[in-house]
Amino acid sequence: MELILACGIGVLTTCGVWLLLRPRTFQVIIGLSLLSYAVNLFIFGMGRLRINAAPIVEGGDVNALAYTDPVPQALVLTAIVIGFAMTALFLVVLLALRGFSGTDHVDGRDR
Amino acid sequence: MTSLLDHLVIMPILLPLATGALLLFFDDRHRPIKAAISSISALLLVIIAAILVYRAGLVGAVDTEVTATYPLGNWPVPFGIVLVSDRLAAMLVLLAAILGLCAQVYSVARWQAMGPSFHSLLHFLLMGLCGAFLTGDLFNLFVFFEVLLAASYGLVLHGSGSARSKAGLQYIAVNLAASSLFLIGAALIYGTTGTLNMADIAGKVANIPAADRGLFEAGAAILGVAFLVKSAIWPLGFWLTGTYAAASAPAAAVFAIMTKVGVYALMRLSLLVFGDAAGLSQGFGLTVLLYGGMITIAYGAISALAAQTTARLSGSLVLVSSGTILAAVGIGNEGVLSGALFYLFSSTLAISALFLMVELIERVRIEGADILAVTMEAYGDDEDDEAEGEVGVIIPGAMAILAVSFAVCAMVLAGLPPLSGFLAKFAMISPMLNPEGLAVANDVSGPAWVLSSLLIVSGFAALIALVRTGINTFWATLADAPAAVRLIEIVPIVTLLVLCVAMAVMAAPLMGYMDAAAQALYNPAGYINDVLAAPVVVSEVTP
Repeated sequence: MELILACGIGVLTTCGVWLLLRPRTFQVIIGLSLLSYAVNLFIFGMGRLRINAAPIVEGGDVNALAYTDPVPQALVLTAIVIGFAMTALFLVVLLALRGFSGTDHVDGRDR
Repeated sequence: MTSLLDHLVIMPILLPLATGALLLFFDDRHRPIKAAISSISALLLVIIAAILVYRAGLVGAVDTEVTATYPLGNWPVPFGIVLVSDRLAAMLVLLAAILGLCAQVYSVARWQAMGPSFHSLLHFLLMGLCGAFLTGDLFNLFVFFEVLLAASYGLVLHGSGSARSKAGLQYIAVNLAASSLFLIGAALIYGTTGTLNMADIAGKVANIPAADRGLFEAGAAILGVAFLVKSAIWPLGFWLTGTYAAASAPAAAVFAIMTKVGVYALMRLSLLVFGDAAGLSQGFGLTVLLYGGMITIAYGAISALAAQTTARLSGSLVLVSSGTILAAVGIGNEGVLSGALFYLFSSTLAISALFLMVELIERVRIEGADILAVTMEAYGDDEDDEAEGEVGVIIPGAMAILAVSFAVCAMVLAGLPPLSGFLAKFAMISPMLNPEGLAVANDVSGPAWVLSSLLIVSGFAALIALVRTGINTFWATLADAPAAVRLIEIVPIVTLLVLCVAMAVMAAPLMGYMDAAAQALYNPAGYINDVLAAPVVVSEVTP
């Protein structure tokens, strides 16, 4: 499981960075999305990987070892919401630039 | 009234949020009402921030209670998010509030009509700024960073147009990538220390097991890179000049403090987490700040000399300012840091005034005069102007005020006596060359020599660049008609510059405040104790 997660984060980051460095705005936005997926998975990994363990403690006297760390899950949730909003905003600017310059190059003109 | 004062620490976040949201309900037919509400709220924010500063400064000696804490939702501290207002945070909230008020008043003249929701965006930006300065939690810092960045994306695009869209797109892309780095760094730090509270992290650094220490420092380094992108250190700051030059004048004036948020986070975290109590990690990353800051000063100074428009010149001076403070943090001396805090306040005020003036200056001069001037100097083609009939041209009042303001601004930014820029540089260079105090003979380190020379040379470069702009604008202008400058546009500029002059007049008490702030930063035990022992309100629940 660790190997699969590590490979997944690695592949997403690689693709994300490569696309981020491309000259077309659409490639940049996809690259940023892939990067944010990779980061979200990474935050999960930092809470240690557990299978079949609930994050929310119920009842009074419980064994903490039976539960997974809830903080990274809350962080991921926040990061997803913020990342989604930022991607939407970026999309608007992308379309605005496309409208102004007539090209989808990040510099606003084709070489 | 006492209950209101108890909640004072959260007011700089709630007030702009409420105002920004309220203003969304008015459409642009009610623009005078919008402007009035917005201005009153910005003024209130300045008053609240001034009370925060007053209370932070009141609390006396460093080892007693320095910080006002506010646990959000009344959760006990390492588990809930806590807001912390100490001297440094309160001072920066006040600075943000002043810039917000001046930009707000300035925008009433023209810019508020150039696009939708300017006032709301400005208030959301202020909310993000105040929150970032006040929070004591690493992830909450990320959230407030995103709030202020989201508002700044809107402000960059305010006024629309091809140039702004292009600059805005690149600015957003850079900042989204930096936010990813921020999250990775914060996650690594959480994974190795098990906490996100800054004071709690600082308490746990010394006890990190050897196997995890590398991972923790890697996390801190990645987090540091994210902050360095925001504070525009060389080579991560190429986004700055283009973006700030493209932004509208009042937006750029508030952006002058946005690089300082990154600088603040670095200052706070590196001195808190990697202070004397950090064991093996003590002083981690300070060398990077020192040399990175010095290169940024040099790059900013060269960029100022090469700038062909006043807006780009102002952007270059932002680079010089943020490089200076980073290098001063990196040199690791309490006295230098106190001078750097004074410099931060004075240079941000002056740069903000310069950004507001840029637009008025552009109105005065004819398109392309800058490029003409640079090529004229390059080719030595400065043939004498022939006097054409009328000699004594009467300078209109607006031009005179503008010219005097520009001269004051140039003196502050170049660090000429007697204004605050000179005092700030003196306060930094003196402890740099006398690290053990004036009474004993000092060994001055190599970096201190280099940095103090860089400070002086960069001031000289700023002086040359600003004087060139001033001469071309106010003496060699080809415009016949006097520039139309409204009172409401000149008042914010004059206010900012009067504050710079006041800083020079009131230098002794202000330096006392900065000294105490720097001393508290270098002795973080008081901060850590205060935050971790933050009292939770116990209330009796009546059924």
